[in-house]
Amino acid sequence: MKFGVVVFPGSNCDLDSYYLVKDVLCEEVIYLWHEDNLPLDIDGVILPGGFTYGDYLRPGAMARFSTIMNDIVEFARRGGFVLGICNGFQILVESGLLPGALMKNQHLKFICDHVYVRVENNNTPFTNACDKGEVLKIPVAHNEGNYFAPREDILSLQEDERILFRYSDYQGNVSQENNPNGSKNNIAGICNENKNVLGMMPHPERAGEKTLGSKDGLKIFHSILTYWREKHGSKKD
Amino acid sequence: MYQARVKVMFKKGVLDPQGEAVKNSLMAMGYEGVHEVRIGKYMTLNLENRTKEEAEKNVEDMCEKLLSNPVIEDYDYELTEA
Repeated sequence: MKFGVVVFPGSNCDLDSYYLVKDVLCEEVIYLWHEDNLPLDIDGVILPGGFTYGDYLRPGAMARFSTIMNDIVEFARRGGFVLGICNGFQILVESGLLPGALMKNQHLKFICDHVYVRVENNNTPFTNACDKGEVLKIPVAHNEGNYFAPREDILSLQEDERILFRYSDYQGNVSQENNPNGSKNNIAGICNENKNVLGMMPHPERAGEKTLGSKDGLKIFHSILTYWREKHGSKKD
Repeated sequence: MYQARVKVMFKKGVLDPQGEAVKNSLMAMGYEGVHEVRIGKYMTLNLENRTKEEAEKNVEDMCEKLLSNPVIEDYDYELTEA
């Protein structure tokens, strides 16, 4: 499976994402410059974290109009895998590939910490390596991770089981106390209707090795690889 | 030349913790009766369009696509000849 990590002006988690795919997962990965077109042989796109365009106006508001984003929107509509992490999630909601918006953290502080997220639905390409209800320890680092969507959209997400991760405590209890940013329903990550686009505020690419404090992020990537290999045969491309 | 003055505010019902924080500061400073503070964005754009209608259409398009996020924000604008 060939991954592409998009680099926008201001992306700063591109290296971590690239490193995880190349050296930890040992899969093929290249950097994709935001003004280039999306190569046709990319199987999975990662929109990494960072402060694209300085977070000016709104985080992700300008990055979504990059040349490569037009191709990525098409790619996603055709069923291609897109994983948006942190600023990448912000770009996905701005581009309309995912519903809702990410607002300033309710307590107005930048939060940089490990959090726990509970896996709400393990029947997706992004979570099939997890158990339903499993708790993952993954770091967050953001000032604008407060997920908001109109009531109808939240209900729709719930009904279609498209809320994949919710902030919880280490035992999987979801409550206001373990909501690090005020997100509606403690939403930490969601997917689209076709379940090929995932947006999440926590950084799974920073939870890929024990030395970093957690390997739980790997489960998301293993899920994608498992799903993709089942569809395309187990030979590495 | 036209000038657009655009105001972008959070929709009613969207929580504005920044506004809340400012309200609390104002009250701590001793001002009474401050019930609600909401903070938005104000932008000016100088546009060269042939007609006012064209400029208006452009401004609305810009507001819908970039200058505001329709999920959480409403916008308002004034357009005058510069």
